[in-house]
Amino acid sequence: MMAMLALEGRWNTRAAGKAQRLASIAFALTGKVLDGERIVEVLERLIRPGDRVCLEGNNQKQADFLSRNLAAVDPERVHDMHLVLSVLGRPEHVDLFERGIARKVDFSFSGPQSLRLAQLVEDGRVEIGAIHTYLELFGRYFIDLTPNVALVAADAADAAGNLYTGANTEETPAIVEATAFRNGIVIAQVNETTGELPRVDIPGSWVDAVVVADRPYAIEPLFTRDPAEIDDVAILMAMLAIRGVYESHRVRRLNHGIGFDTAAIELILPTFGESLGLRGEICTHWALNPHPTLIPAIESGWVESIHSFGGELGMERYIAARSDVFFTGPDGSLRSNRAFAQMAGLYATDLFIGSTLQLDRDANSSTATRGRIAGFGGAPNMGSDPHGRRHASDAWLALARGDDGIARGRKLVVQLVETFRASGVPTIVERLDAAGMVGKAGFAIAPVMIYGDDVTHVVTEEGVAYLYRAENVDDRRAALAAIAGVTPVGMERRQERTAALRAVGVVAYPQDLGVRRGDARRSLLAASSMADLVRWSDDLYDPPARFRSW
Amino acid sequence: MQRIVLERAGGTPVTKRAHLGAVASGNLEVLCEPPAGDGATIVVSTSVDGYEPVWRATLERFLEQHFIAAAIEINDFGATPAMVSLRLEQALELAR
Repeated sequence: MMAMLALEGRWNTRAAGKAQRLASIAFALTGKVLDGERIVEVLERLIRPGDRVCLEGNNQKQADFLSRNLAAVDPERVHDMHLVLSVLGRPEHVDLFERGIARKVDFSFSGPQSLRLAQLVEDGRVEIGAIHTYLELFGRYFIDLTPNVALVAADAADAAGNLYTGANTEETPAIVEATAFRNGIVIAQVNETTGELPRVDIPGSWVDAVVVADRPYAIEPLFTRDPAEIDDVAILMAMLAIRGVYESHRVRRLNHGIGFDTAAIELILPTFGESLGLRGEICTHWALNPHPTLIPAIESGWVESIHSFGGELGMERYIAARSDVFFTGPDGSLRSNRAFAQMAGLYATDLFIGSTLQLDRDANSSTATRGRIAGFGGAPNMGSDPHGRRHASDAWLALARGDDGIARGRKLVVQLVETFRASGVPTIVERLDAAGMVGKAGFAIAPVMIYGDDVTHVVTEEGVAYLYRAENVDDRRAALAAIAGVTPVGMERRQERTAALRAVGVVAYPQDLGVRRGDARRSLLAASSMADLVRWSDDLYDPPARFRSW
Repeated sequence: MQRIVLERAGGTPVTKRAHLGAVASGNLEVLCEPPAGDGATIVVSTSVDGYEPVWRATLERFLEQHFIAAAIEINDFGATPAMVSLRLEQALELAR
């Protein structure tokens, strides 16, 4: 009998630990609802030194009530925490390290805090485990980075702890599943508690406690691009991408990154794309955040479906009114899910197109520049050729390689970059800043966003380099140089070599693609302002205040 | 403020006067007119100092592609080489 008990104790320590921890915060619990006034004390009792804590920081929504209060705990009681989160984006995330509450971090992206983070690494105040892609980090939540405690955010909860996440479900299901089913503790901040939820996004049995936040969770309209800021160069590049890539390879299923260059593509589909008769032929199925700049194409009948990583502020009513296009719940609002959308973007789309800060002569790209540790978002997953794919499509087969009856297709990975980012700052460089970071700032390997061998096309204002068609490394480099403008890489362009590559279709200039530079005008944009987007949406789109000039 | 001048002899003169672009950050203004003498002259005034080699390479490539005679004046407010080339092409299209 004694032996049996000892055995049970040995195999169920996590469950026992969880029960103990929950008992320690019972003083602040009424049912599943925590007293928000006592949240700091709750966190101090709940989190043990060295614990792995997942603090929900998404691209869009932030569990900021919990992060602000976590940064206020006594470092004597809670210290050396191992923080795991995809976006280390809020000032208090960095405060955790300055105060000694946290010691180590595994994350994906740190955009707004990239300078402070680099400084802390230099000062030896933070240890970086690794910088991940989203799917990689979510994967590790289920293998070797499972949280002891998860602090997440939702729109509303009921008394049973069921959560409603509205348009911004994002990462919550992935985090909660990994934590709850390994006897970790899940605490959700909510904007309100209600009797009946519009729908249940996370079942209450996966959630240990909910707490009403002092204000609604913070959220950024990250994917809103004002058409007024799109210039003629972006429109020229958009025309080249549509003719030279989308039309050439019949790309129907795709993902667009963040940025003005891809916004320009979205905005000329109903004009330039329509004039080429491409509606229904390209861009029909998307893994995409709800970009307001896609509204004119949706309204013009281009788009069959969109699955989203997260929501976008102001798009709620429009999405609810277009449920044939978006994934929505019975309540009408968007159901987003970053883990599933990333998986879809990896395996079920044929093209990823995005921008970068630096691209080298071998088409390796990076957004890491000296003095910053910015990390990656979803680009490395979607911007890679998944070797586990086994279904064919026209676009994928268009890039087929191999013979003897064993040919396989290839994901189209397109880098869309202007040759210079600013007057003296080339995008296409001889060596990435990232290459100089190995061994420093916690980088075991260079923080490359997309490896050159995955890049199939590069589009600049000068033309398209079809890198996948190059016979060897020399041709590949010459093709990139041919469209690299007056960057150091572009100055190596040789006329005869370029002519030979154009003749075999490894390089295409605008005239080869039937694009007239002079046609690259803002008048091609289906919407040239935020007000135009609102008009296209039948007044269903409500831009955030900062985007309203009227 | 930096001033850069590039000259080349010969070429087919443009016939009209063209003015486009805008005096705004990241943009530039291009004035293209029939030349007073023979050949092409490009005079750049830029608000961003220190990038003369990039300017020269950009303008030389433009003149390589177009054997024109013209007097071109550029007032630059930090435009990228891509924007400079595109505005030059647009101006030339109007001035031919």
